Amino acid sequence: MPTASPQPENQTLAELCGRGRPRSVILRLFQEGTVRGLLVGCAMFSILITTLIIGILAYETARFLQDVSVVDFLTGLEWNPLLGADRHFGIWPLIVGTLLVTLVAAVFALPIGLVTAIFLSEYAPPWLRAILKPILEVLAGIPTVVYGFFALIVITPALQGLGRLVTGENTFGAYSAGAAGIAVGIMILPIVTSLSEDAIRAVPKGLRDGAFALGSTKFDTSVKVVVPAALSGIMASYLLAITRAVGETMIVALAAGGLAQMTVLPWEQVQTMTAYMVQIFLGDAPATGVEYKSSFAVAGVLFLMTFLLTFAGYRILLRFREEYE
Amino acid sequence: MNDARPNSNHFQKLIDRGVPRTSAARVRIDRAFSIICLGITLIAVLALALLLASILIEGFPGLSWSFIERYASRIPDQAGIKAPLFGSIWVASICAIVALPVGVATAVYLEEFAAKNRVTNFLRINISNLAGVPSIVYGILGLTLFVRMFGLFGPIQNPSFEIGGETFAIYYDSTGEPLRVPVTSRNETPSLTTGSIGYIQDVLDGPDGELIFTNNWTPIPLTIVNGDTEFTPAYGVISAIDVVEPIDYEIQKPWYYVQFPFGQTVLAGGLTLMLVVLPVVIISSQEALRSVPRSLRAGSMAMGATRLQTVFRVTLPASIPMIMTGAILAMSRAIGEAAPILVLGVALFITDVPQSLMDAFTVLPMQIYNWTSRPQEEFRALAATGIIVLLVVLLAFNAIAVLIRQKFSRPLQ
Repeated sequence: MPTASPQPENQTLAELCGRGRPRSVILRLFQEGTVRGLLVGCAMFSILITTLIIGILAYETARFLQDVSVVDFLTGLEWNPLLGADRHFGIWPLIVGTLLVTLVAAVFALPIGLVTAIFLSEYAPPWLRAILKPILEVLAGIPTVVYGFFALIVITPALQGLGRLVTGENTFGAYSAGAAGIAVGIMILPIVTSLSEDAIRAVPKGLRDGAFALGSTKFDTSVKVVVPAALSGIMASYLLAITRAVGETMIVALAAGGLAQMTVLPWEQVQTMTAYMVQIFLGDAPATGVEYKSSFAVAGVLFLMTFLLTFAGYRILLRFREEYE
Repeated sequence: MNDARPNSNHFQKLIDRGVPRTSAARVRIDRAFSIICLGITLIAVLALALLLASILIEGFPGLSWSFIERYASRIPDQAGIKAPLFGSIWVASICAIVALPVGVATAVYLEEFAAKNRVTNFLRINISNLAGVPSIVYGILGLTLFVRMFGLFGPIQNPSFEIGGETFAIYYDSTGEPLRVPVTSRNETPSLTTGSIGYIQDVLDGPDGELIFTNNWTPIPLTIVNGDTEFTPAYGVISAIDVVEPIDYEIQKPWYYVQFPFGQTVLAGGLTLMLVVLPVVIISSQEALRSVPRSLRAGSMAMGATRLQTVFRVTLPASIPMIMTGAILAMSRAIGEAAPILVLGVALFITDVPQSLMDAFTVLPMQIYNWTSRPQEEFRALAATGIIVLLVVLLAFNAIAVLIRQKFSRPLQ
């Protein structure tokens, strides 16, 4: 075979074929099998992660439940794990705190997110969309600790001012569920917007054309035809956003306070499940203490909640998906 | 059925009920709605503007080269961000090196090889589920799996398995300088006599009069003196009492030094973040592979290529721009994560840049959290300056993503 200056036009067909291309079938099959095995291994790694998470959380929760009874843990209305002899491990204050922050975030972000999505896909001219989409992408890319900073520096003083203006008293403290909730709301806003917009844009053009042909305005078309058709996608985006809000850590650790109490008032400070875990893992609680073990049990409850939310979102997408075409 | 016959009265009733509003009214509602929509959409813009403005106002005055060059300090004026900056770079690199191959391989398996059956479906559901797990829960997994390794290899402070490092026993000589004596393990107490060789650290005079501790250690013969007799303090001279047991053990770590359990080290941090971003990498790679037209695969197969050849020579090259874009977005998420790193229990006060996989570290978001959570105004300003550095790092990452997208994306049809 000519090694110097290989010029294709001078090579015979036999030479081209002889360049080692069709290797033996057995070798190829062997190669295929090995790489396939590696790929399967990588795919199984994700199963391993899930198994390990569930295993570790279940094991540590079981160890915690040797010290505290299940009934006290799941029905108790008092959570003060650091008070020496008079401590209580009732999870409900943490759950209520988490739900309160999530509720504030949802009230803020879900309607705004949907309306923004409708505007972006149905109303906005292309040039405006080209400006607004990147802005939402930037919001989505900002680390949550930055939102925590924002909650303390901007949102809390703003709410304090507003509270004084409305009631004449200092309603909002330095830490509040409301300030944290609004920051979480800003954080999940891009999730709601981009996923809802995807769902709305996926509605076939024929449906819109049909509505317009019947004399609908854009408002009628979007609100009465397009949004109902995209409802499963919108619901899924809502659930995903709520999952993120429930699991959000840094914002609530910075802005929601550190007092686990049963309250539904957004100007009170609350402690969420994640914020409690931060408190324990940052502090110097001995790794053998009940309070240290309790953080694993709290993580277990948190995992269960987000698991159910994710699963519900998945079912909604499958069940209520409107198939067109 | 006579009553059902429409008459003018019937229509009048319908109109009075307001069901078919006049066209003019409906157009007015439409206009109003579009304006309300625009107003609400601008809330997001306003939020971003406020966020950036507050950070710039608080943090821009503190931004200087010395802020990037300095280490952590309890005095706000002296504090810098060098250790977290390098920690973030180390951790993100480790995360990328592990998460990208595993994530892309999983996506390739699911999209190109896996049969459409229950197992595959379960894998898919599992991955979308993992994407919804809060990052702090991954922190707990990382703590147990990497930092402690289930306690199988002993406590973090005294790892039972070490490879690649040199262990030294530390003594203090009569001048108060640390002396190192090489040993084989942490449990060994060397027997020192006059004439044994110890190592003393070379110290240089810095330009501003401060001392610079180098990584060079000069051998020096030891002199053991009886503690009862008078002697002049000198380098390498130790009293007999101090020789009995070393003060501490130290490990000289080349970059490849590994210990089990990992402890709160760069490697453990990087692997924990890998767990966090792996589902994101898998899902975005799956989308990238799905966007490759079927005809390309069919063409390749028709030419006699195996599935493997098709994947490596046709499908993957065609989807690389999208995979890389998704990967870089995943990496920027890894750089911004604080919660999982916080759970690992990393030290807050780090005054050195990581040199090996087994060095202590902290990351930018952790330092920002630490500064923000302090009540003093000065530390909040530092946090804002730290945020600017973090956002610049993220911006650089995203710029790379855009460049890749532009450079490699070419039409596939």
